Parts: sequence; structure tokens; C-alpha cells
Amino acid sequence: MNFFEKLLVIDRRVIFLFVAVAIAVPLFFKVNLKVDITPEVRKVYDIMENLPEGSKVLVAFDYDPGSMPELQPMAESFIRHCIRKKLKMIIMGLWPQGFIQANQALEKVLKEEEFKDVKLEEGVDWVNLGYAAGNEVVIERMGSDISAVFAADYRGMKLGNLPLMKGVKNFSNIDFIYNLSAGYPGTQEWVQFAVDKFGAKLAAGNTAVQAPLIYPFYPKQLLGVLGGMKGAAEYEVLMGIPATGVKYMFSQSVAHGVVCFFVIIGNLAFFLTRGKRKSGGQK
Amino acid sequence: MSEAIGLWIGALLTLGIFSFLYKDNPLYKFCEALFVGISAGYFVVISYWQIIVAKMVDVLRVGFDYWIVLRYFDFQSWLPLLGGVFGILMLLRLFPKIGWISRWSLALVVGTTAGLYFTVYLVSNGMMQVKSTIIPLYVAGDMSTTIGNIVVVLGTVCGLIYFFFSKEHKGVFGGVAKIGIWFIMITFGASFGYTVMSRMSLLIGRMDYLGISFGEFLKLLK
Repeated sequence: MNFFEKLLVIDRRVIFLFVAVAIAVPLFFKVNLKVDITPEVRKVYDIMENLPEGSKVLVAFDYDPGSMPELQPMAESFIRHCIRKKLKMIIMGLWPQGFIQANQALEKVLKEEEFKDVKLEEGVDWVNLGYAAGNEVVIERMGSDISAVFAADYRGMKLGNLPLMKGVKNFSNIDFIYNLSAGYPGTQEWVQFAVDKFGAKLAAGNTAVQAPLIYPFYPKQLLGVLGGMKGAAEYEVLMGIPATGVKYMFSQSVAHGVVCFFVIIGNLAFFLTRGKRKSGGQK
Repeated sequence: MSEAIGLWIGALLTLGIFSFLYKDNPLYKFCEALFVGISAGYFVVISYWQIIVAKMVDVLRVGFDYWIVLRYFDFQSWLPLLGGVFGILMLLRLFPKIGWISRWSLALVVGTTAGLYFTVYLVSNGMMQVKSTIIPLYVAGDMSTTIGNIVVVLGTVCGLIYFFFSKEHKGVFGGVAKIGIWFIMITFGASFGYTVMSRMSLLIGRMDYLGISFGEFLKLLK
């Protein structure tokens, strides 16, 4: 059995080990890789930059801790941008744990050097409406009346008592919607109901698995898209605050290199041993 | 300290799940059962408080109060009762003799979903997507957009022709269909690449978490 034949019967656990090392070791190094900015991400950044101070931004957290590594860096970057631009955040979630992710992201950002002196008042500068059951029907009803689905925020404060929500009846009173989505209900439902039905302005951050399904909506129905960890890293670069997304990209790149190496060497081994297998050798 | 304990429990459970990569073992089975149990419990609690209580009981209570205090029948507040009745009918599947009644609820769900989505999909995933491919094939002074637009139009037309089976894929038609399948294969490849990136991201997140947990552990030892 030559080297290539041995490669074809290699124990898959050896490959697992290589991938684990390729991911773990780069985490110990601080390497800021060059991250090229794609137009879909720049568009989101530009929209945010052009929003006047005090604009109301609805941020829908439609994911749970399972998708944190990809979506939490996007959420944190977006919150940084909102605070820097003095925008008002209306947070909500169509996934039960979404609004908890939002609070975690906000708490983390407010501890950072640039934002630690910022005083945000809940109910005035930001509001967390919590979770609403009902998937796409929630979006549909929000299009005509937000209070029909969110009577109070996650603490139980009535919307009428929250200064930020005064004058906010439906999507027409919201300047921009940003959806962080890991599946259903998520970006597709926001496009179908908020954009195509009520004419809302929407951009999204998606897990990489979901991104290829969402890209066809760009640029007509979706104003911008952040796809996976790369999208998160791009936004961090645009913001000038390289954080988790950029940190993870080094591991991501090394791991991809290892996967590519195994794909190439596996195919090479397959083709180089094909003749032997055809002539009745090892199957 | 409590935060550190939480981190270690998380780290141990992560390692327990990862241990399956070596081979199936009792620790993995324990972690898996724990995850399934907690997820199911969480789902039940959320469903109870966010759907049954928030969307039905609380609303009915308002309707009931109106009726008791003002002798006023607020139709809107009593409407969730109808949903509740249909919900109970759905549970009749558990009794084989009268299980057929659950079809009424099922029919309502299927009917409303079909009705809700019929126009939505037609507009968002049909008409708007067609509109998005009606783009200029030449944009003066912008070569990258020109090439991008040509690729979008060519890919859409060729891909659609590949799925047109009323004519045999021969000659020019067959050639265009072959280009279509190339576009489809490239799309699948890109999609697979994104999936790999997503799975790697999850693994990176877990590895980082393990690193943080280990760091906390070392801090405690010091």
C-alpha cells in the first residue's frame, strides 16, 4: 500500500484533529488579516452613515445562542454604529432567545473603551420589545400596528409609557430595519412581509448557511447583506473597531486552508490510485 | 465564582459533545439527552407563557372583565377562544375514535397558510425576482456591473432552460441547458462553501469558549 492508498483509508479522526488544531492554534495569535469590503456590506454601512441623528432603527434579533459566533459580532458592530451615530434602537426578536442576545450585545458594547462613558437611557435611547410568538404573522401585524403584537417591552412597561415609542405606530415610522437571522422566521419573511408588502427599508445579517438563499433579494428587495463571519469582519473593519469577527477570521482562513488541502490531496489520491482499483486492486 | 462555574459546566458539556468525534460514549449520550430535555422543556415553557397565556388567557381575561364590569361584549377579546377550541380539537388525534375531528383544525391551518403565502410568494419570490433580472446588459463606464449583469441574465435563462423538459436537450437548446447545469453546479459549490464557513464559525466559537473557560480555570488556580 503506497502513500496515496494509505491516504484514501485514513481514519477520519485524524482529519478532525487537523481541523481542530487549525482552528485552535490561530486563536492564540493576534493577526489582523486584510479583509476586503464587499459592496453588499458597504451598502449597509453607508445607509447607517447617512441616517440623521435620532433616526429610529428597528433591529430584529432572529437567532439563538447556536448561531452566536457568526451573528453576535454583527449585532455588536451594528449596536456600536447606532450608538456612535446617536440612533434610537428598537430591539425585538421573533426567536425566543433573540432579545436576550440583544441585551448581551448591548451590555458588552457599553463596557468598551469608546462607549463606556455613553449614557443610554432605556425607553428613550433604546427599547427592547422582547419576543413575540407568531413568526411571519408578527411582521404582518407590525406593518399596520406594532402595539397589536408588542403591548409592552420585555420588562412589562406599556409602549405608551416609553418615550421612544411615542409616534411609532408601524413600519412607516421606522427609518431602517436591520434583521439578524439564522433561519425561519428570518430575513426571507422580513422581505416578504415588511419590504414587499409595507415598503420598509431592510438590510440583513445572516449565517453563512443562509446567505446564499438571501443574496438573490439584494439589491432590489434587500438594501444590504452581511454574510457569515466574513460579513461581520467586514463591518468591523468599516467601523474601524476590529473585534471578534476579525479575530475569528484568522482561524477561519487557516481552517479553510486545511480543508482545501485535504480536498486536493484526497482527489489526487483518488485519481492516482484509480488505475490500480480498476485492475482489481483495492476497491 | 458563579460565572466561572457556569463556564466550566458549559466547557464540560462541549467536550462531552465533541467526544462523539472519537466514538460514541456514555458522556456524549448524557450531554445529548440533557440538551434534548432542556430544549423540550424550554420550548414548552415558552409556548405556554408566550402563546397560551399571552395570546389567549390574557386577552380572554380582558373580554371577561368587560363583560362582568360593563356588560359589554368585546368581540375582539373573545376571538382567541375560537383558536383555543381549534387547538383542543387538534389534540383529539390522541383518541382514535374521534381523531377525525382534528382535520378541521388542520384544514384551517393549511388553508390560512396557503392563503397567506400564495400572494406573498408570487410577489416576493416570483414577480420581484423576475423584475430583478430585467437589467441592462451594458452599463456605460462600469465594466464590472456590465459583466455581473450579463452573468445574472445568462445564468437565469440557462438555468431555466435546463429545467424545461418539454423539448429534448439537443443541439443549441441542449448546449444552453448544459451551460445552465454549469451555473447550477457553481451555485451548489458556492452554497457548500458557505456551509463549510458556517460550520467552521460554530467550531471557532466553541473553541474560543473552551479557551476562555480554561483561562478562568487557570486564574482560579493562581
